[in-house]
Amino acid sequence: MADQPIVLGIETSCDETGIGIVRGHTLLADTIASSMEEHARFGGVVPEVASRAHLDAMIPTVESALAKAGLRVTDIDAIAVTAGPGLAGALLVGVAAAKAYALGLGVPLYGVNHLAAHVAVDQLEHGPLPKPCLAMLVSGGHSSLLLVPDVAKEVISLGSTVDDAAGEAFDKVARVLGLPFPGGPHIDRAARDGSGTAIAFPRGKADDGTLDFSFSGLKTAVARYVEKNGGSLSLPDVAASFQEAVVDVLTRKALAACAKHDVHDLLIGGGVAANSRLRALAQERCDAAGVRLRVPRPGLCTDNGAMVAALGANLLEAGVAPSQLTIPADSSLPITTIHV
Amino acid sequence: MLFVLVLAFDTATPAVTAALHDGTRVLAESTTVDARRHGELLAPAIESVLTEAGASLREVTAVVAGAGPGPYTGLRVGLMTARALGSTLGIPAYGVCTLDALAYATGSSEPFVVVTDARRKELFWARYGDARTRLDGPRVARPHDVPGGLPIVGIRLYEEIIGAVTGPEHPSAGALAGLAAEQLAGLTPEQAAAAAGLPEGRIDSEEAAQGRAVLGPPAPIYLRRPDAQIPGAPKKVTA
Repeated sequence: MADQPIVLGIETSCDETGIGIVRGHTLLADTIASSMEEHARFGGVVPEVASRAHLDAMIPTVESALAKAGLRVTDIDAIAVTAGPGLAGALLVGVAAAKAYALGLGVPLYGVNHLAAHVAVDQLEHGPLPKPCLAMLVSGGHSSLLLVPDVAKEVISLGSTVDDAAGEAFDKVARVLGLPFPGGPHIDRAARDGSGTAIAFPRGKADDGTLDFSFSGLKTAVARYVEKNGGSLSLPDVAASFQEAVVDVLTRKALAACAKHDVHDLLIGGGVAANSRLRALAQERCDAAGVRLRVPRPGLCTDNGAMVAALGANLLEAGVAPSQLTIPADSSLPITTIHV
Repeated sequence: MLFVLVLAFDTATPAVTAALHDGTRVLAESTTVDARRHGELLAPAIESVLTEAGASLREVTAVVAGAGPGPYTGLRVGLMTARALGSTLGIPAYGVCTLDALAYATGSSEPFVVVTDARRKELFWARYGDARTRLDGPRVARPHDVPGGLPIVGIRLYEEIIGAVTGPEHPSAGALAGLAAEQLAGLTPEQAAAAAGLPEGRIDSEEAAQGRAVLGPPAPIYLRRPDAQIPGAPKKVTA
């Protein structure tokens, strides 16, 4: 145990400056500085605001993670960093920091894929990942179905959104309903007092036979409904019916993917995995289909540094060669590239 | 005499430049002009100047980054690197205005103006009494508003408006390191430690930038606020 490598993970792909420290697959610290409050009045993440905040938050967040783990910076054996996908300017701050830490400490650097890290993080809570498993990642930036034979070696994309990400749909619908940004938690809360079957919102691409998603039409359908029914609408019913449409399609496609690829373990990650209705419906449908469901606790579903450290630990374990100091931050890094 | 080894670099302009200075002279310098690859080029440039000088990072006594002003994405690469190296190595990290390094490189004893590219049809500029004395700036302005009547040093842009530009086009880390080493030599250890400041903070406005000492904390000089509009009502989707 004690001789397992200590990995520091750095995540800056969006608005959270996340620093995680693991020893092997044991989480030692997970510290986050978020610039969300600075973005809220703009109704979305402003890249330049996020990049400025990452630069300012980086050293204090690393120091606080080290203090929480009871370690000195010289105890770190390897640095892992999100190299993409994400906001280019935001990623670049994390990658620059990671290179400097690796150079200054004389330890290996691992530039990793943000989406693969969302999969790897679950090991910190629920132990080794089944090989293979199916992962559904749903956040403000991504909606993807992945077949994961081995998170350190091979991740295959089965489908993704053709327009808006699921979390983006939550944010946009929240705006239409006059709820604050980010919309997910507010819609989840409002929906508790409403009926998911009150309004039949469309299920985009639900029965098209693909494993892709579409949420743009749903968002427009909600906006139309709200404009037409202005004064007389029930906000809880709109929120609940919208939410039901999203999670119905997500869980249906996730289980279709499990069946198609004969996989019996489904992992859900990303910020939308914190949604209470998604968790409940996924559990119900997994139980019915004989699929084991794994969902990390909400703090590990949203962007964090622990997930990056966790994937770094997998790469070290698999004997993968470290990254060069010349690696770029790649805003559109494909999921098939687990490390750069 | 105290052992001095200053590692300096600047990423606030299209040049990615790194140098090592022993308090007397530049031991090694590397400069590559490529406006789109600051993140890829800087760490290898640091490694290469250390190798060329036969020095190890453990021997470095201070790290200095060009603090801008400069296009922000590149600028942050240098400042983030300086902060993380300073924190990891347990040595002070400083920021020096990039225009000051360009001015210092001229060695001039006469007044002049330094300009760098601010993009969006604007220039960053500062006015100097001599190579070491900033009198005004850094500021961001349209070419028409850059002070006239003085020699202009720096990026060859808008010469039809501001007149001929001479001298070095981009900052060199050698000059940056030399300027920082000269400044450090004039400070007590306590003053030097205080100048490094906290590993956070930024300079958003021209007002804040005016009074900045030559050697300060590694805080970016942005001069512009992020452009983001507070959204109005969502657009209607029904006719």
